[in-house]
Amino acid sequence: MSPTFESASAFAASWGLAYFVVLFVGAVAYALWPSKREEFEHAARIPLTED
Amino acid sequence: MTDRSTNKQMTWGEGGLAAVMAAFAVFALLIAANAHTQAYAFHAYVFSASAVAAVFAIINRYYDRPAELPPQFIDGKPNYNMGPVKFATIASMFWGIAGFTVGLLIALQLAFPVLNFDLPWTSFGRLRPLHTSAVIFAFGGNVLLATSFYVVQRTSRARMAGDLAPWFVILGYNLFIVIAGTGYLLGVTQGKEYAEPEWYADLWLTVVWVVYLLVFLLTLAKRTEPHIYVANWFYLAFIVTIAVLHLVNNAAIPVSIYSPKSYIIWSGLQDAMVQWWYGHNAVGFFLTAGFLAIMYYFIPKRAERPVYSYRLSIIHFWALIFMYIWAGPHHLHFTALPDWAQTLGMTFSIMLWMPSWGGMINGLMTLSGAWDKLRTDPVLRMLVVSVAFYGMSTFEGPLMSIKAVNSLSHYTDWTIGHVHSGALGWVGYVSFGAIYCLVPWLWNKRELFSMRLVNWHFWLSTIGIVFYICAMWVAGIMQGLMWRAYTALGFLEYSFVETTEALHPMYIIRALGGALFVAGALVMAYNLYRTIYDGEPAKAAIEPNPALASGH
Repeated sequence: MSPTFESASAFAASWGLAYFVVLFVGAVAYALWPSKREEFEHAARIPLTED
Repeated sequence: MTDRSTNKQMTWGEGGLAAVMAAFAVFALLIAANAHTQAYAFHAYVFSASAVAAVFAIINRYYDRPAELPPQFIDGKPNYNMGPVKFATIASMFWGIAGFTVGLLIALQLAFPVLNFDLPWTSFGRLRPLHTSAVIFAFGGNVLLATSFYVVQRTSRARMAGDLAPWFVILGYNLFIVIAGTGYLLGVTQGKEYAEPEWYADLWLTVVWVVYLLVFLLTLAKRTEPHIYVANWFYLAFIVTIAVLHLVNNAAIPVSIYSPKSYIIWSGLQDAMVQWWYGHNAVGFFLTAGFLAIMYYFIPKRAERPVYSYRLSIIHFWALIFMYIWAGPHHLHFTALPDWAQTLGMTFSIMLWMPSWGGMINGLMTLSGAWDKLRTDPVLRMLVVSVAFYGMSTFEGPLMSIKAVNSLSHYTDWTIGHVHSGALGWVGYVSFGAIYCLVPWLWNKRELFSMRLVNWHFWLSTIGIVFYICAMWVAGIMQGLMWRAYTALGFLEYSFVETTEALHPMYIIRALGGALFVAGALVMAYNLYRTIYDGEPAKAAIEPNPALASGH
């Protein structure tokens, strides 16, 4: 069965939305992950410590 | 040493590119011979001449260079390739002044229509895309090319990937600018805002852009610093997204390979939606993501302070990426676009307040502990004021995307004012700040020729921007109110020409603001010229080796 406009838009509005939300939550979790503190403190100084 | 020079061989890249360019030159001549229009023949000749010049440049460069390609490291330090960066920096200044001046001319044309000179080439309709493309793509594009190639090398601590490829990107991009700009004057356009160049210019840009992406990615792949700095994420998002936008929005079928004319494959409403999906994300990813990358490198560097919150910068990045892409429909309020799509565009535009202001706070707070430098360093002041303008115009934008506000603001000069507070204030100032930083670094000078002139530039253009945007706010709101005014009998109170008449004083003030902005840019160009030619050399310890700038 080939997808219709309705089925494609229903898929995008449900699973597409869920996919993006999960990705975004993942990115925020990465940014806030406690053990990343040291790496990010180093990264924030990259422009200042170059050769 | 003599042994080595006898072993000198052309690389595959040099030989291959020269051969491809030679074939391209012949191909372009064939097109020129059969071209349907003179303008298209002219463009084919420009392509052909450029390809011939490229062949000569490649061969000359081969004879002039040492047998071995430049080393990746010298004394343990990366041997940065800054030649292409220098070229793009100067090109940006050149195109900037050209673009600002055309802007001033068309501002005067609106106030004094006689300045259209009754000639097709100088009519507002042709000069307006020349202005927008010159400032966005020629000035802004070269700033992004220069800074991205600089920043990706420095923050990756690696020499740029590719030998000829970086030069191909810079020169190829500027060739695209020449083709696009001369095309507008000669009447070659596909009539899509901010995407006016016809199919052949679009194809050329596609090739250049793919090489740009490859150079950027391969430089990142060579990095010796393990973490990919956030500015590079923003640059990468800019490069990738612009590629996608460009391909989809310009999907067109040419009438013939000998004709400049093409037909877009999208029709009607879909075309409008694709156009504004492109148009708004050109703002979002060209004028925002790319220039935020500049902010995240040059403000910490100039203030000598680390990024205020690196975590916030990551969230800023992803929030911007996830939200911007949906905001385009706000350009099509009250059109045939389905209501739900208009509401979606409005909602995402309003949500964009959060990442925009998060980023603004991150940029401004990077100065914590260094606020005093604002008093003494006009370059840093320019960078910081740019972030303030970013905050202001990204507050105004979502406001204008609200349907009730849009019903007043749309199609009026308020939009022009909004665009220019972002373009002059944010994009212009962050670019000026970055160029003021870059020039002494690239040409190995201790500092700029004159800080007083930077101060002059700052105040001239700040007063210019204030004149500009205030005039356009008043003009736009007045225009909107006059358009919707009804008499007691239910007729429209004002004819269109009456609104135009009422705008005249505002248009003069706007042109005055533009003149001040152009004057500031001329002061800047003089300052940079003197820095490059008369500036005191920096100590050897800072920028050790003239060979750093090798490759040209």
